[in-house]
Amino acid sequence: MAYSEVVNVSGFVGNFKVTVKKKARYVDEKECTACGECVEVCPVTRPDEYQTGFSTRKAINIPFPQAVPASYLINMDDCLGTNPIACGKCADVCEKKCIDFDMQDELVELEVGAVVVATGMDVYDPSEIDEYGYARFPNVITSMEFERLICAGGPTEGHFVRPGDGTRPKRIGFIQCVGSRSAKRGNPYCSNICCMNTVKDTLLLVDHYPDTQCSVFYMDIRAFGKSFEDFYMRSKEEGVRYIRNIPGEIEEDPATGNLRVVVEKTDGQGIEFHDFDMIVLATGVIPRQDSPIIRKLLTLSKTSDGFLMEAHPRLKPVDAPTRGVFMAGCAESPKDIKDSVAQAGAAASHANILLNAGEIAIEAITSTIDIASCNGCELCVDVCPYHAIQSNGKKNAPTIITAACAGCGNCGAACPTGSIEMKHFTDIQIEAQVDAICEENAGEKVVAFACNWCSYAGGDFAGISRLQYPTDARLIRTMCSARIDEEFIWRAFRKGAAMVLVSGCHYADCHYISANRQTVQRVNRIWDKMDRLGIRAERLQLEGISAAEGQKFAKVMRDIKDMREKVTKEEIDETVRILSEEHDKKMKKKAAKEAKKAAGAAA
Amino acid sequence: MDEITKITTDAPRIGVFVCDCGLNIAGTVDTAAVTEWAKDLPDVTCVVRNKYTCADPGQNEIRKAIVEHKLNRVVVASCSPRMHEPTFRGCVMDVGLNPYLMEMANLREHCSWVHAGEKDAATEKAKDLVRSAVARARLLTPQEELKVSVTKAALVIGGGVTGIQTALDLADSGHQVYLVEKEATIGGIMAGLDKTYPTMDCSI
Repeated sequence: MAYSEVVNVSGFVGNFKVTVKKKARYVDEKECTACGECVEVCPVTRPDEYQTGFSTRKAINIPFPQAVPASYLINMDDCLGTNPIACGKCADVCEKKCIDFDMQDELVELEVGAVVVATGMDVYDPSEIDEYGYARFPNVITSMEFERLICAGGPTEGHFVRPGDGTRPKRIGFIQCVGSRSAKRGNPYCSNICCMNTVKDTLLLVDHYPDTQCSVFYMDIRAFGKSFEDFYMRSKEEGVRYIRNIPGEIEEDPATGNLRVVVEKTDGQGIEFHDFDMIVLATGVIPRQDSPIIRKLLTLSKTSDGFLMEAHPRLKPVDAPTRGVFMAGCAESPKDIKDSVAQAGAAASHANILLNAGEIAIEAITSTIDIASCNGCELCVDVCPYHAIQSNGKKNAPTIITAACAGCGNCGAACPTGSIEMKHFTDIQIEAQVDAICEENAGEKVVAFACNWCSYAGGDFAGISRLQYPTDARLIRTMCSARIDEEFIWRAFRKGAAMVLVSGCHYADCHYISANRQTVQRVNRIWDKMDRLGIRAERLQLEGISAAEGQKFAKVMRDIKDMREKVTKEEIDETVRILSEEHDKKMKKKAAKEAKKAAGAAA
Repeated sequence: MDEITKITTDAPRIGVFVCDCGLNIAGTVDTAAVTEWAKDLPDVTCVVRNKYTCADPGQNEIRKAIVEHKLNRVVVASCSPRMHEPTFRGCVMDVGLNPYLMEMANLREHCSWVHAGEKDAATEKAKDLVRSAVARARLLTPQEELKVSVTKAALVIGGGVTGIQTALDLADSGHQVYLVEKEATIGGIMAGLDKTYPTMDCSI
């Protein structure tokens, strides 16, 4: 399904329901024979994206001759109008009558058991590195533009010429790591493919034009793959100069369009100049700019470099943290074709294991409701991100649809009567953990709640990375931070904990759609009440820590130790006294209410 | 009385299995002290220390202890549940214990690996983590996992070289595959290349 986008995903492992928007091509792709008559008459000319703008295309076009599907389409942003009176020339000449200006986007519903994300990469735009003059000098090009200029199917039919004046460049400079391995501009990571791509480019040039003199400016040549070193050596043997230096600036001679590269001498003794007819910037790989959309649809995370986060960096490199979702290729990290193909095979194989299973067990962690004690307030119905709790009318206990329940526990934390029980993460189980942690020296400890998918995993990542931090915190794992009942936090303070940390996914990045918004609301309510009760609100901390943020996890642990040390014994004693009184009052009130209810029932 | 009710109504008999993980945990946490200390925790019937609890001999110890001591709850004090929870759930299931009656204390990722220079404080923290896990284990109840069928079809998002290869592999395995590509043609970035390294063959 080309020219289509995934717009919605629901369901769960083995049973995803996906909505795909099939964008209108305005040309019937089944009928179109790609004869090209329409292009001849189309009056609108635009830069051809496939040829990186070096040639033009029409408003009705086919991306490139070998495109699949082999059908034309109309770019409606360029077309003179859907109103055939405005133009409509293409429709007039199309013998097959397959042009339809009234074609609409179509929504297609799919049911699938597994999803593989192979959304790929974008290429770094070097315009921001102004000293290289990419936006100013026509003969400074990117490696993607090089590909089109050297390609027999390119705008010049493979005649390698300067965009500035159409002459053949004889002295060509390559600058490596443009947008890569830089803390200041572009990205700090290595883009993986540019070294070998440049080596390839130099070999193509000396093969096509033996009199070409190529120079490559580099930091390190990373020729780590199978047969890569041989490839690099071949380029050197062909006379390509490799200069270990990254230029500071490119200057253009306006009269000739020639370029002068300024580099510092490696011994630090002044600068030197190199003259070229053309410069190729080896631009890096960046995450797809629209990847937040896919991440949101499939509840995926990203690593600090912006690429998709895998379920485990070593052991599950093609599995997403969301069960039933897999990833491969540059969506996961920059990689070349061979690695992409290998990873594609791995992702297909893992998806196969799931699809071949026929039947799978899903986690038993779902919520149940005690109809007898429920007061029918329907708070649970409101907070459930999955609409898994169905109202039976106010005052009646709602119904939980177990198959739709994802197990975040938001309902359990919202329930004011304690009627909802989250299996395997019940109130008493979590409270028992709070009590256990506070049993000895609670005043020296931080009771830290952490969600399974992000902050607990962030803690694991800190561990895997051996990031050292103080020992104050004791983590209690819940599936989602929305499971954290306000009472758990009060209980920790009542039992004498110096600090409480509530940590979860980032606000808009919850594994359970939007459940952690309630976490924030609950923490806000507690902060207000702490203020009213005269307890320092700072003693309750709220942090969003993603699974990839081991560094942040360690920092939070360091910061919280500093805060913990400021909490005095007197302060804790006072808090315990205030909260115990509050609790006693609440218990008495509850007992009185129950007695009244029992008396009423007896009467 | 069926088996599940029997387990929940029986008084908890907890086995605690403290893992050295070679020196990964034992290099920082005094696992011998934790083992000794855990014996006095409520409802703890036996405590066993292993060099590598996840390895076969370690898992055998768990299975053996469950049978020998009639354990109805298990606490494995080793690494992250995000790493080995499936392993130990499977292990206790082998001898008939419901997998949800197994609880883990994370002494490695959340303790020994991040407190390398603080042996005493790390050991105290490890004790707390075990105490917390035991307190939780006492209240665990068996859970039944829902079985669901799997739709035998796959969605591949992205029609570049990776997506195409994935879709072909899945289709060759006999599955219905939907390949969704945002652009008007499949091919992705690779279709824009001329030759590819290191073989110098055409990209399309």
